[in-house]
Amino acid sequence: MMQWLQGPDGLTGLGLSILDDDLDRSAFLWGLWTTVWLSLVCIVLSFAIGIAGAWAQGASSRLGRGVVSAYIQVFRNTPPLVQLYFFFFAVGSLLPSVTDSYGQSVPMVTNVGWAVVSFSLYAGAFNIEIFRAGIEAVPSTTVEAAEALGYSRLGTYRHVVFPLALRISLPALGNNLVNLVKTTTLAYAIAVPELLYVSAQIWSEQLNVRTMMNLLLVVYIALVGLLVLGINRWERALRVPGLGR
Amino acid sequence: MNHDLPLVSIRHLEKRYGALTVLHDISFDVRRGEVACIIGPSGSGKSTLLRCINALAPFQAGSIKVAGIEVRDPALDKRGLRRRVGMVFQQYNLFPHKTVLQNVMMAPIHVLGQNRHDVEERARRLIAKVRLQGKEDTFPGELSGGQQQRVAIARSLCMAPEVMLFDEVTAALDPETKKEVLVTIRELAEDGMTCILVTHEMGFAREVANQVYFTDKGVIVEHGPPKEIFNNPQQSRTREFLDQVL
Repeated sequence: MMQWLQGPDGLTGLGLSILDDDLDRSAFLWGLWTTVWLSLVCIVLSFAIGIAGAWAQGASSRLGRGVVSAYIQVFRNTPPLVQLYFFFFAVGSLLPSVTDSYGQSVPMVTNVGWAVVSFSLYAGAFNIEIFRAGIEAVPSTTVEAAEALGYSRLGTYRHVVFPLALRISLPALGNNLVNLVKTTTLAYAIAVPELLYVSAQIWSEQLNVRTMMNLLLVVYIALVGLLVLGINRWERALRVPGLGR
Repeated sequence: MNHDLPLVSIRHLEKRYGALTVLHDISFDVRRGEVACIIGPSGSGKSTLLRCINALAPFQAGSIKVAGIEVRDPALDKRGLRRRVGMVFQQYNLFPHKTVLQNVMMAPIHVLGQNRHDVEERARRLIAKVRLQGKEDTFPGELSGGQQQRVAIARSLCMAPEVMLFDEVTAALDPETKKEVLVTIRELAEDGMTCILVTHEMGFAREVANQVYFTDKGVIVEHGPPKEIFNNPQQSRTREFLDQVL
């Protein structure tokens, strides 16, 4: 059956070498896993940066607010590829090397490590702004009610302001996280073996550029589709009767 | 606690927003179990006065003591003050993402660190007290204004405060639901809760208050038992105001 499907150009005759070439398949799957892993880690970290940054923006300390707004300006107003290069080449070269378990000298932070740092900071800057918009939509009278009950600023943020702001922010947050998943392809530039990188390796060997391009599009549509589905579910789970509708 | 001492004692309170003086030389005492009503035209600083008592609004001079705690103390323990002072707002200000029961239970658990089981028992009792049994798992957005306001009262009571502040709590309600809320407050007062109310409900003030304070332009123009204020006001400004609203 499989042999019948295999034409001269491999399985199905489409040049889909990842179906009949074990090496290509495992490289592709590894790339898929790397992209998924990179996306998930950066989503979680950028989410945490958003929560902490939005909290610091409302702090009474002028220094804290200044640091957060400088961070947002830098990461929102420069290209993510430039940021990635900055971390990998400029910051990376300043860090000392360390010796690994084989006794080899390796950089302290790997290319994957820099991709995580760079993309998390990039998406985190946007998340802060997204949460800030949600926080500003929470009525000051609701905050006052929490204060009158004795809640501290942190307690108010944690139990009242953020849960309400999150519900308001979710659509915009979804957009930014979708963008983050797509931005992970930039890691190609520093040789992180994510989907685009392994695909390029495959097509330069198999010369199946068109097929791999189409496959990449389909895989990204599926990945982003899953993310959007998850966010929509979350939105529905957080929906409160009589609030905002 | 010495019961002869006033629970809330305000002396020469001054509150300014920039150059604008909103409260001037306000002094009065509220004893334990007493109900004080503050009446007066809009913009006379009544709500601001309440907000000074639980440190939601800072003030520039004078003193407010609540159960011996000086509110203007720079090292004020706000949590310690606010657990003693409950506040109910005109717009209810419930937490819309929490059910009725959660709204009532939240603060004692989060702020006072009390045991969830005990708090739930108390919360259910208070929800029944404000006649909302069966609404425990409803969200605020599904309730009427009067029901929401009674949840807000239960939420405040669950902190076991020593004094309750009511800031025009019926102003946003229609006459029918207004009555439900007023009945709840009257029952509280009858139970001996110390209450300070800012209100436009003159009939209610006459009925429940021990002392009525008439304020205008940031000063207390006149005060006394409701009978005197409503039947025999001494100041022409008070008479003018009462003629308008009664």
